[in-house]
Amino acid sequence: MSVTTAVSARSDVIPQVESLAHTRIRDCYQCGKCTAGCPMAAGMDSGPTRLIRLLQLGQTGKALGAQGMWQCVSCQTCSTRCPKSVDCAGIMDALRQLSFERGVTTPEQQRTVLFQKAFLANIRRNGRLNELELIGEFKLTTFVSGRSVSFLLKDATLAPELMKRKKFHLVGEKARDRAVVARIFARCMDGSHL
Amino acid sequence: MNLAYYPGCALHGSSNDYEQSLRACLGTLDVQLKEIDDWICCGATAAHSLNQKLAVALPARNLALAENKGFREMLAPCPMCSMQLLKARKELAESEALRRSVSEIVELEVRGETKVLNLIQLFESIGVDKLKAAVKVPLSAMNAACYYGCLLTRPPEVVEFDDFEQPRSMEKILEAVGGKTVDWNYRTECCGAGMTMANEQTVLDLSHKILTNAKQHGANCLVVACPMCHVNLDMKQPNIEQHYGVKHAMPIYYLSDVVGLALGFEPEALGVNRHFVPGVVRSADLQSLPRAERGVSTSAAGLKAGATPKDTGVKAGAK
Repeated sequence: MSVTTAVSARSDVIPQVESLAHTRIRDCYQCGKCTAGCPMAAGMDSGPTRLIRLLQLGQTGKALGAQGMWQCVSCQTCSTRCPKSVDCAGIMDALRQLSFERGVTTPEQQRTVLFQKAFLANIRRNGRLNELELIGEFKLTTFVSGRSVSFLLKDATLAPELMKRKKFHLVGEKARDRAVVARIFARCMDGSHL
Repeated sequence: MNLAYYPGCALHGSSNDYEQSLRACLGTLDVQLKEIDDWICCGATAAHSLNQKLAVALPARNLALAENKGFREMLAPCPMCSMQLLKARKELAESEALRRSVSEIVELEVRGETKVLNLIQLFESIGVDKLKAAVKVPLSAMNAACYYGCLLTRPPEVVEFDDFEQPRSMEKILEAVGGKTVDWNYRTECCGAGMTMANEQTVLDLSHKILTNAKQHGANCLVVACPMCHVNLDMKQPNIEQHYGVKHAMPIYYLSDVVGLALGFEPEALGVNRHFVPGVVRSADLQSLPRAERGVSTSAAGLKAGATPKDTGVKAGAK
């Protein structure tokens, strides 16, 4: 039995990461190619190689508490170059999700997930993205979680610039059949399909 | 050529200049775009990161809408959309069980057979020879850094497009319309993509590196085929300049902008005048030609917002 499987029996984090990312953590042989090509590695406390090693060693608390995955921009360079086809970017997504759910994140880190949640909520309602609504909602939820006035007001000057260029719709587009969109969301959220 | 068109949210929102320019170009190249009726969002990074089922179902609904109208091919000019569509298509093609359950979820039979093209692939299928023949204004003063970003070539097993480390397809299109391209290092590096709102500093850092490297290699403009790349490199360029105390002044064109300029469209007809960083390539080009050949009186004014578009002799009003 490998170290990884012995450890994963004691921890639920590893199977969760593996099922969310559709990848096997024990496949990684620590060559470091992912971190070498990562555009954000310089600013990470733990790059992808080290985060995966922490998981392999069962140090899941350290992995979930790391800041590295919050720097990840999902550019897929790591997953593309991995000689063992480990989906490192998928692992980053999974770590963000689990770390967010466990509440071990700072307000700045939460912004990434809050933005994605606001994005999906917006599509669920409209079928298509309403940019103005999304920005409003995102600013509000991040303000509630982080109380940062400067972040709330940032980009406010951008709106008139975009309007001047006719790049901004006050009333966004909506899909006609929004009921079917809501049903698709309900079916995907409840886990009974796929 | 008749093909289904999936604009995606960005091209109907803050990147509507991209739609304007590709519609103009394709109109004169005998490509008829049929927008998919009642298309919905592909789910983008949010679905991909938070709910794998949605990440298949949302694109699958759009594939089904196109398939049920009998379309064999679909244009998705946003690489995020086209990657999501291709990923769903690949997964559906591999599993009968998945096709059945997804068809139930999206309330339409989905087979995952419609081919999904990005804009570069569409230009490739139009053909380099046809593009060359249609050129009215060779972009001889252009020295472009072709920027692919992440999702045009990644993940390679999903998008199956070009070489994922050293792509050349955009360069070939640009060279066909008379432009020169530069060799540089950041062609497939990330601009920060969807972090624009949640983590702006990352976008500023990464995009600054891209712009700096392009300039160091002698580029006088950057050419992209992605709405998010355009937002980060064009709209955010003033913020980047302010943050780093430098002046990049690097015009960012969509691929359809440069093809359109070469086909003889005025910048206004392509929406180039609506970019944040003013363009210079066209006017410089025109100045390198004898006046009579230009067919237009002057060009610098054409770059100012609100200037009257001039008749270039190309099938006018194509938008």
